This record gives sequence, structure tokens and C-alpha cells, in this order.
Amino acid sequence: MAEKVIRLMEVCGSHTMAIAKAGIKGMLPDNVKLLSGPGCPVCVTAQETIDKALALTEIPGLILTTYGDMIRVPGSRRGDNLAVRKAAGADVRIVYSPMDAVKIAEENPERQVVFLGVGFETSAPGTASAIAAACDAGLENFSVLSMLKLLEPSVRALAADPEFNVDGFICPGHVAVIIGEEGMRFFSELGFPGVITGFETADILKGIAMLIRQIKAGTAVLQNEYTSVVRPEGNPVAREEINRIFEKRTDIWRGLGEIPESGLGIRGAYAKYDAERRFHIDCGPSRERPGCRCGDVIRGKLDPKECPLFGNVCVPEEPEGPCMVSSEGACAAAYKYRGMI
Amino acid sequence: MEEFVTLDYGSGGGKTSKLISEMIVPLFSNEALNELSDGAVVDGADKIVMSTDSFVVSPVFFPGGDIGKLAVCGTVNDVSMAGGEIRYLSLACILEEGFPFADVQRILESIGRAAAEAGVMVVTGDTKVVERGRGDGIYLNTTGVGILKTPGLSVKKLQEGDKVIVSGTVGDHGCAVMLARNENLVEADVKSDCGPLKRMALALGALGGDLRVMRDPTRGGLATTLNEFIEDSELGIELKENDIPVRPAVETVCDMLGLDPLYLACEGRMICAVAPEAEERALAILRSFPEGEGAVTIGEVTAAHPGTLVIRTALGAGRIANKLAGDQLPRIC
Repeated sequence: MAEKVIRLMEVCGSHTMAIAKAGIKGMLPDNVKLLSGPGCPVCVTAQETIDKALALTEIPGLILTTYGDMIRVPGSRRGDNLAVRKAAGADVRIVYSPMDAVKIAEENPERQVVFLGVGFETSAPGTASAIAAACDAGLENFSVLSMLKLLEPSVRALAADPEFNVDGFICPGHVAVIIGEEGMRFFSELGFPGVITGFETADILKGIAMLIRQIKAGTAVLQNEYTSVVRPEGNPVAREEINRIFEKRTDIWRGLGEIPESGLGIRGAYAKYDAERRFHIDCGPSRERPGCRCGDVIRGKLDPKECPLFGNVCVPEEPEGPCMVSSEGACAAAYKYRGMI
Repeated sequence: MEEFVTLDYGSGGGKTSKLISEMIVPLFSNEALNELSDGAVVDGADKIVMSTDSFVVSPVFFPGGDIGKLAVCGTVNDVSMAGGEIRYLSLACILEEGFPFADVQRILESIGRAAAEAGVMVVTGDTKVVERGRGDGIYLNTTGVGILKTPGLSVKKLQEGDKVIVSGTVGDHGCAVMLARNENLVEADVKSDCGPLKRMALALGALGGDLRVMRDPTRGGLATTLNEFIEDSELGIELKENDIPVRPAVETVCDMLGLDPLYLACEGRMICAVAPEAEERALAILRSFPEGEGAVTIGEVTAAHPGTLVIRTALGAGRIANKLAGDQLPRIC
């Protein structure tokens, strides 16, 4: 039966992992394909930004705090990453929340503490709160290297590519908690069926079924499968906190290039908490690993397994690109759960 | 090898194997060590089982245990898994200048209690002190010597159809330590499962040849240990995901942090493989002890996918679970 191939994209690292872990891809009919878009925050971070983070470790006495995902992302220079810098003596500390970084700054008043603020709308409120807390406490030694990014501009950039070939979106439930159904309307404005989906296996299967029904019926509306958690208006308090500390700015995405108003920079009023303004970070020219095709993976053009480096040169222990590093990366998920049986 | 030792080399996964097989084993190679079992079986007046382990856990006190209890149970369990009835322990302490004596006392007392519970004597020891900043408070090493009671245990004894049994919930220890390390992380009531496996292991000896192999899934967790069962083997193992016992609190913490409980360390759990006809007897033996009341069968040995651990999900899909690659990294959202 030659049924039309249906291509669905998720744009959230937690979906990537949940789909891989439950083995959903292997249980779907052959004509339903699931793709991972730019939903893994570490994966979409530009090489230049990774190199800036690495360069920060060269500042004497500086404590660099980061989520664990970042520490094995390779720098431009072969064999360089935060784990190697840490082993060589840099003070790199893994934290679980930006508030932990603020606490480290309080405990080490004589040292500069920088937090690597990576993530999407979900991570932004926590990072904003940390800056607000540092401001309230009058800390002079805390700053954030903001790599925060926004969902909508990245999806619009993807959709603008004439080669982009996706029939519907599994919309990220966690981001929707913040921006609400209202903030997700752009999917249907762009002509895509979209379903805001939760993270349990049953949620994801239901989301896929709702998308397939829309595609068969020829509709392109936004539906909410995750109603238990996502409200139409999202979380206005969290959004206010983001807007108080951050402003939209042009940002560079791995695989997508420069996208206007796609990143969150720290507002002038909070300039002293901005690591880019506080330190003159010089990391020289950046370059992605030759042959690394994370950019194509992020755009849904290449299945991780189609990358020539996948599984031989590039493995989680010796990653060539960020998609193999982050636990949420499409390549890491495909590698970890490779060969579904 | 890289220029510097990175944390990955201590994770119990692939890099730890590399360190052991490329740097350590070639230097000390002998029949007993080369088996790379939890305990070495050596000749003596009787058959002797020996095992050594070093303990560098941080923080040294955590819900459900401390470095002292861990240092006793870790070695007791390794000797027990190799079929030995542990009798003697050595104890080496490396202390950092400035570490409070009150904590030393508390840890030594904990060692005493754990040793009494496990019925083992600490017969020799050593103490060193390193300069402040050269150690993390306290490091311990224990070596255990036991009499071989259950000979012939080996992953080479595995046969198609053998049942894989775990003695209780997995991931409790790894989760408890991670929470203790990061006080403000999540409010969750998780305690380490740290405890001696000696009684259960000795009792399982009654199964004779039907007991194929026992291991305690410490660093690298259940999935890494089961991979070691079938490495370079003609056999594989298939687990049913829904049958693997994980405490809801551990599950929740893992979901939040992006960790996989199947790769978190246990310090008071054992995995054993038994002949299918011995499954019920093995479960009854384990469940007759408080520390084994949660024992369940989680899967079986199969010839369908040699060398591969497959986890069958609730959907019926099978996913391959490899050894842990480096340390588990907490994720972002």
C-alpha cells in the first residue's frame, strides 16, 4: 500500500529522548517518520559561543558554572572541551540550577563566577531569577553568558527554507507551559498542523495520532494534548521575569545561522551581570569540526544515522558535534537507543 | 589515553574499562585478576576469595549510609558475589589534613557496625594523611578475604533461557548521593540501599549449578553490569522495562535531571542469573531476607541478539542498552 509519507518534527530535546527511549519510531507504520528539529539547547549553540565559554576558563580565578550537558561539547580546537579544561586545572563546576551559581558567587566573594545560561523559554525564567537575586544581593562577582534562545524564530527560519519538508509539529509541552497556547499559534499561521504534547509515551502517541488526523483531514490548526499542564495563556509571571531581565537580539544558531530576534541578551540595566560585557572574551576564529553535520541534523535534513561520522568517529565518549554530546541531542538519542530490535 | 585523568575514568563505564584493561591489568596480569570478576578466586589452604575496593564518595555522609558503611559493604559484596564467605577485611584510610576527628570517629563506628552486621573482621589496616587540598576529606580502601563456598560462578555458565533476577529496587544509592551532593536540588525522600549481600549470596549457593553468576550493580548500574555478563558472548539478555523495580521517588528525580536509573549505582542489590527451573527457588531464598524482599525476575538470557542487552519497552519495542558512556550528565530542561 503506497501511502503518503508523513513527516512529523519535534522541537524539544525531552521529546527526542522520550521518543527514543520508548521505541516509538520503530512501532509506527513505515510511512510515518519522526524527525528532531532544533530543540536541544546545547545542539543549537553556535561554535563561537562554545569557544567563548571555553575562553572564560582562561581568566585567572574565575569559576565557570554550567549545566552538565555543556562540559563535553567540543571546542574548535581538537581535544578541547570544558571537561579537559577542568582536568587541566580550570575551576569548572556543574550546577543543577542557576541559583546554585549565585550561591557559589556569594560563597566566593573574591572570585568571579560565570553561569552558562543555555536553554529556551523553559530555562530563561530561572536564569532571569538568578540575575535578579544577584542584583538584590548586591553581588559584584556574578554574571551570565547568555545563550538563551527562542522557539518561534527558529521554527520560522526552518520553514522559510524551500527544502524544508515537514507535515506537522509535535509542539514542545515544556515551552508551552511558559508561552501558552497563544505563544504556539505561529505553527498554524505558518500552515503547519501542531499539537502541544506531553512527555509520557501515551501523550506522545496521542499527539502523533492527532497530527495524523489533521493531516488526513487537510487541516492545520494548533491543538493541545497537554491540557493538564499547559494553559492557554501560559505563565505570564515567568514571561514578565524574562522580559524584565532580557531583551530579544539577533543570535547565531548552529545549522540555521543568524536569525533576527531569536536570542535573549541581558538588558542594559543589568549590564554588569552580562559576562560578555564584563569580560573581553577573545577566543580567536571558530570553526566546526570538518565533516560534522549537526547543522543538517538540526534542520531535519539528515537522519543522525546518515551522518558519515555517526557511531564510528563520533560517539558519546568522543563527540565531534554537540548533537552527540547532550543527552537530548538527536545523535546521542539515536546512538544510545540505536538498533531497536 | 588523554593527557589528564578526567572524571569519566571513574564512571564505571567504557573509559573505566579502558583504564583497567589497558593500564592496570597488563601490569598485574594473573589468572585471578584477568577474570575481572567482583572478587578474585585464588588458591590457598582452602579456596580463598579476595577483593579490593577504594571509596572516594562525596559527601561522606548521605541518607542511608556513609563512606565507612560503603567501604565495608562494597568489599563484602564483591567477595560474596564471587561465591566467597567473607572473613577478613583490611582497611586503609587516607585522610586530608583538617578533616574533623569527630567525623573520623563517626565513620569508624559505622565501619564497626557494618562489619559486625556482615560478620567480618577488620584484621589489618593503614592510615595516611595528605596535605590540605590534596584529598577530599577521607578516602578509604578495603580488601576482603573469604573462603570459597560457591565455586564455579562465571558469566561463561550462562545458558539460553536463564532467568535474570534483581534483589530489589535499582538506582537508590546513586540517586541518594546525587541528592546529598546538591542539597537544594529536589525535595525527595530517597535513601541509599547500601547494605551487605553476604547472607543472600551464601543462601543462593544451595542452588548449586543452577546458580550461574551473581554481581552487584555498583558504578554503571544495572545496565552496565548486565552488559558485562554478555560481552563477547554468543548470548544476549532481554529485560522487560516494566518489570525492573524503580522507586517512584527515584524515577521522579531521574526524570527531572535527565538521568537513567538503570545506570545509577546500587550498593546493596544483587543481580543473579539462574536456570529457569530454579527461578522460583531463587526468588524464595532472596525474599526470605529483609534485604531481598523486593526480589523479582526482570528478564532472561537469549540467543536472539548475541552480546547485546535489549530492554523491551511497554510498547513492545526493544531498545539496546549499552554500557554507560562516561559519567551521566544532568540535562537542562
